[in-house]
Amino acid sequence: MNDISEILNLPPYSLDKSTKRELLDPVFSGLCHHHYAQCEPYRKMMDALGFNTYLQVPYGEIPFLPVRLFKIFDLFSVPREEIVKTLTSSGTTGQAVSKIFLDKTTSANQTRILSRIVGSFIGPRRLPMIIIDSAKKVMDRNHYSARSAGIMGFSMFGTEHCFALNDQMEPDLDGLLPFIEKHKGKPVFVFGFTFLIYQHFIKELIRRNIHLELQEAILFHGGGWKKLARESVSNSAFRKMLQDTCSIDQIHDYYGMAEQTGSLFMECEEGYFHAPVYADMIVRRAHDFSMADFGEKGIVQVLSILPGSYPGHSLLTEDEGVIIGEDDCKCGRLGKYFGITGRLQNAEIRGCSDTYVNGLG
Amino acid sequence: MTNLEKYNEIFTNRFNPNGVDLDQLTNQSVQLWDSVGHMGLIAELEECFNIRLDTFDIIDFSSYCKGKEILLQYGIVL
Repeated sequence: MNDISEILNLPPYSLDKSTKRELLDPVFSGLCHHHYAQCEPYRKMMDALGFNTYLQVPYGEIPFLPVRLFKIFDLFSVPREEIVKTLTSSGTTGQAVSKIFLDKTTSANQTRILSRIVGSFIGPRRLPMIIIDSAKKVMDRNHYSARSAGIMGFSMFGTEHCFALNDQMEPDLDGLLPFIEKHKGKPVFVFGFTFLIYQHFIKELIRRNIHLELQEAILFHGGGWKKLARESVSNSAFRKMLQDTCSIDQIHDYYGMAEQTGSLFMECEEGYFHAPVYADMIVRRAHDFSMADFGEKGIVQVLSILPGSYPGHSLLTEDEGVIIGEDDCKCGRLGKYFGITGRLQNAEIRGCSDTYVNGLG
Repeated sequence: MTNLEKYNEIFTNRFNPNGVDLDQLTNQSVQLWDSVGHMGLIAELEECFNIRLDTFDIIDFSSYCKGKEILLQYGIVL
């Protein structure tokens, strides 16, 4: 496998497309070969596809696994005794659980990259932090979920962690108001999952007619729009409600998944998700999986150089998205920028995941 | 109590290593030193020694011994 430490030290949005391709092509080809050599199911899939992992190809041409595969099979590329952590996620389907096997190196790289990306938005210093969730739910070791893992991952960027919801998942104003008062006029980091923020925080603040003074706060949220879309709440409506109830202007959604923890796609000031140098995204046409043009909707493929202990470096998601452009976003960040437009219909994705499952023999 | 005694006490109380040599204690080597335990440890050390660690140092804080080196950078001699 190639040494990726130099790339991991690069600032997250610092490479234009030709430099990025040149740097990442050998890394992704190296990852394909590493997983081919170390993970038998991956090897069988590559053989079934007729993909030769000894050859270097542009990373847009390497095979992608459907994310669903991690719910069906235990896929890892290191000796079992080197696995230090297993991330599980129910995803949005709600039934089967994804299992992501991490060794020390992959786990450490994930944390390092997350901190580079987050740091580029909130600055190098840790900030007083509000977590819009319930401490009881998050800190329960017996129910350690992707939700807990996400919160613990982000809590490194904060100090004096204040949980904004009580055990009943209602706003805990007794804890929150003194915290806000203490840090008045200073930047505060706020983190939570999109739907929980809406359902248990904003809605309740509106109902009780409470306004919080969080002008200097920077809020990160993620976890998807599926449930909010069901309630017909758009991204802009969500932002407006946060501004109205909490005076928060700096709001960043992120797109990411347990299968590629660390290399998040952050939403910029212009409202687009951005690929950092350690990752990329490609939009594929549903009928033949060819690459879609910019501006053309299709299935989202995500690539990350971080997965060394499991073959998750190139994944086909069940999301639909559209690339807006590359290297020329008004926010100034280099790399592709894109939007997520929805979830795929079950039937469509099942077709392609079955294709790969058959390849496992 | 000396700084070292405070440091040792935090590790012993938190991770209860049952007489395991503290020098051998690393992140993930005991069940309680998982990510929840890690953030608790950092918060307790920060309060005890009145310091604020940078994010990178929280990540690098991978063992009892490594932690001593990191605290030294913040002027805490153990």
